Amino acid sequence: MKSAVIVFPGSNCDRDLAVGLEQVTGRKPAMVWHKDAELPEGVDFVGIPGGFSYGDYLRSGAMAARSPVMRAVADAASRGVPVIGICNGFQVLTEAGLLPGALMRNAGLSFVCRPVRLRVENSQSLFTSQYDSGEEVLFPVAHHDGNYQADEATLDRLEGEGRVAFRYLDQCNGSARNIAGIVNDAGNVLGLMPHPERAVEPAHGGTDGRRLFEGLFETVSA
Amino acid sequence: MKARVFITLKSGVLDPQGKAIHHALEGLGFSGVNDVRAGKLIELDLADGTSDSDIEDMCRKLLANTVIENFRIERLENA
Repeated sequence: MKSAVIVFPGSNCDRDLAVGLEQVTGRKPAMVWHKDAELPEGVDFVGIPGGFSYGDYLRSGAMAARSPVMRAVADAASRGVPVIGICNGFQVLTEAGLLPGALMRNAGLSFVCRPVRLRVENSQSLFTSQYDSGEEVLFPVAHHDGNYQADEATLDRLEGEGRVAFRYLDQCNGSARNIAGIVNDAGNVLGLMPHPERAVEPAHGGTDGRRLFEGLFETVSA
Repeated sequence: MKARVFITLKSGVLDPQGKAIHHALEGLGFSGVNDVRAGKLIELDLADGTSDSDIEDMCRKLLANTVIENFRIERLENA
């Protein structure tokens, strides 16, 4: 699997994601700077990492979503290349219009930083094939703006089409219907606030995130 | 030519910052505040002849997230 990790000024989980991907795929991802207008030739997976791109100026993810590299990411996504946005990456994907809805300030106003229990809602997605539907997993969260909101019609559509990939088991940040992660209508773009790349090796305190990358690797390599 | 863009959360969208400000005002003893909504003001210094639709385009493409926010443009003709 030839993967790329996008790096914005202010990204801080890019290395974690790269290490996780290398462990699972055996191959170092290309680190792609936000000013690059193109992704490396033949990339078959794109990761948008967590962090505080552009200092969260204007809105979290707003500036990053308009950076040159995101046009290339949108092109790749439209060709069906799997794209995952984690935490700030999820915010970037919603701001770029690649996923519906918006991530607002946590309802409790506090930065939330702890492991949270999630339910895998759909094990049929490109990203969740190694999980069972309804399975409980533990991923860390670390965010200030993770409160997922969309209008009722959008929420109903996401639910009806099985596009809610992960749901918080306990109230975490005020997200509508406790949504933690969603996929786009084509199923190749996933955004989620919790950090699977921080639950890859036992030293992290858990390895529930590893299967997300393993499932993706298996699908892409097949 | 200058213009001001006021960005506000759509009605019905929860505003945790507005809520916190509201609580703080009450804590300071200001009674009679029914609700607080927080927004943004962006001042633009523009080339003469910039059209309304250009400014609206800026709002839609970057300044506001129209999923959750409304915007209002105020031109300051003599500024």
